[in-house]
Amino acid sequence: MSETANNGTVFDRIWAFFASVKLSVVVLVLLALTSVLGTLIPQNQTAMYYHQNYGEALIRIFELFQLFDMYHSWWFRFLIMILAMNITICSLERLPRVLSIVRKKPALDAEKFRRHKNRVDLTMEGPAAGQRDRITAIISKKFGKTSVVDTETGFAVFSERGRATRLGVYVVHLSILALILGSLVGSLFGYEGFVNIPEGETVDRIKLRNSDTTVPLGFQVRCDDFDVSHYDNGAPKEYRSDLVIIEDGQATVKKRIVVNDPLRHKGVNFFQSSFGTIPGQNLTLSFTSKASGMSYEKKIKADQPVELEEGLGTFVLQGYLPSYPFMGQDLGESYVGTISVNGKEPEEVILPLHFAKFDKMRKGAVSVEIVNFDSSHYTGLQVTKDPGVYLVYAGFILMIAGCYIAFFMAHQNLCVEVVKTGDHSCAVMVSGSANKNRMGMGMIVKKIASHIGNA
Amino acid sequence: MNSSLVLAIVTFVYGFSAVLYISSAVFKKDGPAALGSRVAWIAVFGNVLGFILRWIESYKIGYGHIPLSNLYESLVFFALSIAVVCLALEWKYATRYINTVAMPLAFLTMAYASLKAKAGGGEIQPLIPALKSNWLTVHVITCFLGYAGFAVAFGISVLYLGKRFFGVDGKDRSDRGDFELLDELTQQTVMFGFLFLSLGIITGSVWANSAWGSYWSWDPKETWSLITWFVYAIFLHLRYVRGWDGTKIAVVSIIGFIAVMITYFGVNYLPGGLHSYGKV
Repeated sequence: MSETANNGTVFDRIWAFFASVKLSVVVLVLLALTSVLGTLIPQNQTAMYYHQNYGEALIRIFELFQLFDMYHSWWFRFLIMILAMNITICSLERLPRVLSIVRKKPALDAEKFRRHKNRVDLTMEGPAAGQRDRITAIISKKFGKTSVVDTETGFAVFSERGRATRLGVYVVHLSILALILGSLVGSLFGYEGFVNIPEGETVDRIKLRNSDTTVPLGFQVRCDDFDVSHYDNGAPKEYRSDLVIIEDGQATVKKRIVVNDPLRHKGVNFFQSSFGTIPGQNLTLSFTSKASGMSYEKKIKADQPVELEEGLGTFVLQGYLPSYPFMGQDLGESYVGTISVNGKEPEEVILPLHFAKFDKMRKGAVSVEIVNFDSSHYTGLQVTKDPGVYLVYAGFILMIAGCYIAFFMAHQNLCVEVVKTGDHSCAVMVSGSANKNRMGMGMIVKKIASHIGNA
Repeated sequence: MNSSLVLAIVTFVYGFSAVLYISSAVFKKDGPAALGSRVAWIAVFGNVLGFILRWIESYKIGYGHIPLSNLYESLVFFALSIAVVCLALEWKYATRYINTVAMPLAFLTMAYASLKAKAGGGEIQPLIPALKSNWLTVHVITCFLGYAGFAVAFGISVLYLGKRFFGVDGKDRSDRGDFELLDELTQQTVMFGFLFLSLGIITGSVWANSAWGSYWSWDPKETWSLITWFVYAIFLHLRYVRGWDGTKIAVVSIIGFIAVMITYFGVNYLPGGLHSYGKV
């Protein structure tokens, strides 16, 4: 093949390059070796992590070769593409020859079998013709369908099985192509993201992993309830969320999801992955008048104005913020409200959870402090969509079937030749061949020979 | 009678069996290995018993899960898998000396498990939510049958090299050529391992996809299982297509088993990963 390749066209040369098993071995070695790198260098970490762990020069080299996300780098994908072409062309190169063997009727020629290594010779008493039905029956029972051919000196029984198993290796190769194609479809048309939904809230977009992009779901998801249960020793036992899918204002699907039991809807999967608590919308605040020193508590709900004592205005809770920047500092989790005295511009009141006395600094007519607040859970959902997964699963099934056929089944040929050596004696040759696991075939030959010998 | 005691005794039974197998090779007699094989059957019986007892105990505590959830439990199952593959080969090929190296691996595995138990790793723990799935059982069992196939292939390859270069020998009663048999069995056990490693990776993938929606995430253990798969895929191509055999193929089989060991143990020393419950 390689000799003709040098004289052929460019296409022939490229074909010959990809048809070589040497290339398969080289690409597999390269894939194995380079894959190690990604397990030594933590992948997809933050820039800060890398700066803490590696020097500037090393980071630049790693970035050049995309080693911080190497399994998605151009060169890793290139290697996989070479492998895919190699598998395809290797298989196309060899398949016609194998198919012709699979289609061909075997030559019923005892002469060929005399040369095989897996061969047992017996001598038996009694006329050769008397053995004919018995031997045929043994082979039909122990091996497979028989064809009997009369020879000048006696007869020969042939049997063959597993011709199609020669295709097993191509099933494995096809499975790998299905896997590669499936992962390609997934990376082109799928996504992986996450969304946090507070109890009682509804979302219609999710955020992509490792990016700031959000993606619309095409429907809405509401979390009705989240719960976490624990073992006696305090380890978490189960996280669960009650999710509702809303389409055109109608709740169409309801499901309680736990880890390992997700909600699937229109190709989008929602998986329980984390949870957290967020302060709710019901607070008890204490108000202190600067002038009179009078102090009192009031229950507050978001967006519901509350009249303050002594006619000092109206308080409205605007909401909760996970962080609040204030004069170059982050106050952290904070509630924000306003106090408006009739006619005047409303004054903003910041109530950081971690700085109780913060509002005193405002030096307003009334200072506000948080007494307590309710809190609710949010559920953390991993959201994925992968239309390539069906191809991948098809690949899985093909791979297992193909491996089983390729490894544990073989194309086996058996021949028993009986030659008349006298009126009351004959010589029997039992011989077999197989395209693989010849030792296994040898054991079959011996077994059948011993059945025939035990007259 | 509790599982820890049973499994501690099993360790010694495997040890005794290993001594007998090695004696056969050292004294070039078949007798000790024949006894060693019977002893190994007893060890396998005890190993299964310990496994079942531990399973029952976990239900008594109230955790109720198959004992395949941490390093200690996986080692116990690994030892069992190695011994069963060894005994199955003996039975099929009617020769014992092939297990001179492989059977002692079951002992080493159990001994390591006992050390882990002594260090406090033997306690029955509740399952973390991520592991609560029927896929756990089928994923772990297929992976470890794969590992066991490769472990036995490694044992046979080491024996092959030992015979070839150091004259290590046992008396072989079979009429097949020793080298040819060892060479053939290396391939057979690698194919067995490869089928089950593939099944293990696939079941893990399907589980991951059903549990968190992504069938592959390049977690270090996943990646190393794929590297192992690549190494044995290379083995199979060198063998079938390029016709490698003997010493060359034995060396590739040993390299493959090093990858298996990194997948099993080494990965726990690498940063990150979903398989952190396997921590050493």
